[in-house]
Amino acid sequence: MAVQRLRIEVADSVLADLNERLASYRPVPNDDTQDWKAGMSPLYLNELLQYWKSGFDWRAQEARINHFQHFRASLKGVNVHFIHQRGQGNKPLPIVLTHGFPDSFLRFSKLIPLLTNPPDPADAFDVVVPSLPGYAFSDPILDRGGTFGIADLWNQLMTRELGYSRYGAHGGDWGSTITEHLGRNHPNALAGIHLTDVPFWHVFSKPHDLSAAEEHYFDKNQQWQMQEGAYAMIQGARPQTLADGLNDSPAGLAAWLVEKFQRWSDCGGDVETRFSKDELLSNVMLYWATETIGSSFLPYYDFVNAGGGRWMIEIAKQLIGSSRVPAGFAIFPKDISQPPREWAARFFDVRRWSQMPRGGHFAAFEEPELLAQEIRAFFRPLRLQN
Amino acid sequence: MTIPGARRIRVGIIGANPDRGGAAQAHIPALKSYAAGRSAVRAGCRRPVVRLRCGGQLFSMPPIPYSLHIDQPMLDDLYLRLRRARLPRDLGIGWEHGTKRSFLRELLEHWEERFDWRAQEAHLNELPQFIWEDLHFVHQRSGLPGAVPLVLLHGWPDSCFRYQKVIPRFAEMREGVSFHVIAPTLPGFPLSPAKHHSNRETARHIWRLLTQELGYDRFVVSGGDGGSVVGQILALDHPQSVSLLHLTDIGWHATMNLDPKQVSWSEKHFLEHSKKSFMKDGPYAMLQSTRPRDLAPAFNDSPVALASWILDRFHSWSDRGFTRDELLTNITLYWVTQAIGSSIWSYYAESRSPSLTNQEYVEPPVAMALFPKDAGGVPPRKLAERTLNVQRRSKLPQGSHFGALEEPELYVQDVIDAVKELQVIH
Repeated sequence: MAVQRLRIEVADSVLADLNERLASYRPVPNDDTQDWKAGMSPLYLNELLQYWKSGFDWRAQEARINHFQHFRASLKGVNVHFIHQRGQGNKPLPIVLTHGFPDSFLRFSKLIPLLTNPPDPADAFDVVVPSLPGYAFSDPILDRGGTFGIADLWNQLMTRELGYSRYGAHGGDWGSTITEHLGRNHPNALAGIHLTDVPFWHVFSKPHDLSAAEEHYFDKNQQWQMQEGAYAMIQGARPQTLADGLNDSPAGLAAWLVEKFQRWSDCGGDVETRFSKDELLSNVMLYWATETIGSSFLPYYDFVNAGGGRWMIEIAKQLIGSSRVPAGFAIFPKDISQPPREWAARFFDVRRWSQMPRGGHFAAFEEPELLAQEIRAFFRPLRLQN
Repeated sequence: MTIPGARRIRVGIIGANPDRGGAAQAHIPALKSYAAGRSAVRAGCRRPVVRLRCGGQLFSMPPIPYSLHIDQPMLDDLYLRLRRARLPRDLGIGWEHGTKRSFLRELLEHWEERFDWRAQEAHLNELPQFIWEDLHFVHQRSGLPGAVPLVLLHGWPDSCFRYQKVIPRFAEMREGVSFHVIAPTLPGFPLSPAKHHSNRETARHIWRLLTQELGYDRFVVSGGDGGSVVGQILALDHPQSVSLLHLTDIGWHATMNLDPKQVSWSEKHFLEHSKKSFMKDGPYAMLQSTRPRDLAPAFNDSPVALASWILDRFHSWSDRGFTRDELLTNITLYWVTQAIGSSIWSYYAESRSPSLTNQEYVEPPVAMALFPKDAGGVPPRKLAERTLNVQRRSKLPQGSHFGALEEPELYVQDVIDAVKELQVIH
């Protein structure tokens, strides 16, 4: 299958069914508090659901989403959805942006125009934003360990399908892992990789020669795992059980996803300082309408269940692959982990390291302008080798 | 409504109204039936909180008899939701990593089409139930002289009906022993509505019920899971009142913060095994301990969500297993009482402020009844002895976490054997 145009259009029957469910939402009794301590704020959830039911206009959001050019391509038998926006000027550098959980391609909706139409046309990018397999309009890879193959699909998309021989890549959350894999598997095609975090799974093995800052990072990570990381453990260990429930209750799905936007963003506690209800719900809608919450857990499942052989291969690829690709990092202060530069330098050829003044886990959405400047600056010297 | 000769009295009714979901206030019929000495309060699954406010003063009333009856609209609403169940793509990973699709589908079909809630309700109502304050409990007196008071404490995710098969057997005279059984549903669990209880508060509440309301001053306590912890707190706080503590597990606190240099080989082996099984099976507990409010909205809004989550636990923690009706009776109880949110809150409360640590030692005699497939495996004697005065330890041939439901005969016999062997005299 060649690349095909795609229009996002959720069926009327899905919306009618959703409305019925929202209308019959049965809230947890006697739990009327605003606070977010033990998870989703019950009162904020009520407010959000009220808006979902009576104020939210999905068709209007869908129209906005369709302003982007959407496509679908079959890559090694997996149908992958992606946005492809051409940059201005003569020589835009192609770049693939990869999202994570619990977001979607919408993570980059504000960043895309800043990269395609920068103030200086010499900074322009051709932007490709795929949905991860199992997310939104991309098919899942149901084979075990499929997550480790996503980068190969991306490379096929960029080179064979879209005809780019050399490109950049950017990502955060799962997107940073996939971007690192791109560097590992296809170092010669990559102009550089730009990340907003050091892929989390590097902490699975702890070296003996940690600096004080790295020790601190490990301690913080451990703390985070215990206090905040249960979502990842359950998504890895019991993905089906959790998905059964979240796929049947829009309220449950919203609680599960939106809480993370509050927790992981630089919102000072008020999620709406960073995301409007329309933005939060549009993202939830992508999971709801496509029934992909379960398949969105597959990367967690694959990583929890990866065996020793897999990790050996990955380490080998790191040595010959990603450690040779120029890497840039923008670390946002409210992101869920704050790695020191020397930690990144163990795995990457760090060419740019920026501690950002504000922003959180969803930097592309929270601080698109700051992130765009970083991405432009990082790739500027790397374009010349074109 | 006004009672002649009295000031206006209001009785709070705990609501399980499908529209509101909150506590509703209703007037007096419950009180009337209480005053008339009637045996049943048929107020749907709403049931009175028997705490009267009269002229600004709070009175606690004696327990009133209770019979379970769920309003039809609540059941109709449940069937509506079951009919529109929207199962996600089967990830094809089976019980190893979640509730197996084929099993869930069959169970949901059974729930919608064949499960007879009214029959189950009638069956549960064969047990004499009462309400006192916000506690629901079964209280079955033996009628035989010299009967021993026996308190049965359940855990999560079930209710006092974990003991529905064993309660009638305990009242019979067997080998010269019979029991008065008191089986409370812990606060926050189905039919004992309560917000945000810790195990310590639960133990205090049950203590007041046992001693002040029911007049027992000495009893045997048997418990598992959360019930094991509550039982241990009762024994710690009132050692003179607990003649025997019969436990199916030692409680999670007993395995925490052990000095690795102090543990024996068998303890080390057990701790490693339970850590490994925790990685696979424990994330549910981590989540309930840290983010109960991320989960509760789905569980209270979707019977599919509730069923899959509870089934996963029952599957992990069973040996021979349960009938569909047994599984669904428990799940339906959580659904109609909307207790799932408050029940998982107990994990959060305990993780913030543990009711017990392994620095405390339980003095009253303890009998361990260890079911081989219980969560985490069978703890070695040495480990149990660190926090418990273990006088007897039996390894049962089969059974698991819900031993009293799965292997009722083994369970009853073990309690009787323990009482006889340790010469519990009342």
